[in-house]
Amino acid sequence: MKSPLENFDKAFENRLRLQIMSVLVANERYDFNSLKELLSATDGNLASHLKALEKEEYITVYKSFLGRKPNTQYAASLLGREAFKKHLQALENLIKQQLQ
Amino acid sequence: MQEKDIYSELSSIRNLMERSTKFISLSGLSGIMAGVYALIGAYAGYKIVYGNSTNLDYRDHYIDRPDILISLLAIALAVLIFSVLTGIWLTIRQARKKGENFWNPVSKRLLTNLAIPLVTGGLFILVLVIRGEYGIIASSCLVFYGLALISGGQYTFSDVKWLGCCEIILGLLAALFPGYGIVFWVIGFGLLHLLYGTIMHFKYNQ
Repeated sequence: MKSPLENFDKAFENRLRLQIMSVLVANERYDFNSLKELLSATDGNLASHLKALEKEEYITVYKSFLGRKPNTQYAASLLGREAFKKHLQALENLIKQQLQ
Repeated sequence: MQEKDIYSELSSIRNLMERSTKFISLSGLSGIMAGVYALIGAYAGYKIVYGNSTNLDYRDHYIDRPDILISLLAIALAVLIFSVLTGIWLTIRQARKKGENFWNPVSKRLLTNLAIPLVTGGLFILVLVIRGEYGIIASSCLVFYGLALISGGQYTFSDVKWLGCCEIILGLLAALFPGYGIVFWVIGFGLLHLLYGTIMHFKYNQ
């Protein structure tokens, strides 16, 4: 029997990454500071996980300036949305299997 | 991975998706207060228009006299300003209580989506006043307010959308019965707000 864990996305193994992805899938764009506040994460931790997701090309980064302050916005890419969906499906399958 | 973990993972995902798209620090109390202000305003407006008429056979009511018009506008504006200020104050308080920042991407979206129909309506009503079309002012207030609630309702509790629907229906009815503007005004801004505020308060504030 195929293990349902096969469909689990390694990129989402970390909880914070999955949380970031949930927010980005539900919203068009989200900026760094609001994300930080919503997830109550630290600057460094959030930045490193965003970097990882960016490397997977699951998210797109938009950099701009608000006056002099840098304003970085993140959006889920099509690839990221697909991966997120698959991961949720895998979670669902796992629950179904345990119920049987 | 344990089943328990999956459930907590899923519920955290769901919670985040909801919290990042809906502003839930609206206070039911602000609805109640808006209703109270509207009722006081309507009473004052009624007194001004219909006068302290003794029980004579006829009532004298004009709204085309400039001084009466101006005091009515002043009352409406005062009701609006008091309601908005109370709403903002109570919302900030509620957000603080929940340990949330009230100024976030969702509240910004909520405000923009409320403001567009509301400002449009405000300007439209100003045009009506200037052109002397008093008959459908109450109706326009209700209709545009309802539209604003429905457009803003996407970013907060869905109850707000229902309130918006009721306001629009009342507004359309008010347009059908032009002489009874104040009655619909009292129902739409007074009673409906009281009802909505009470429901919200008991549903979410517990």
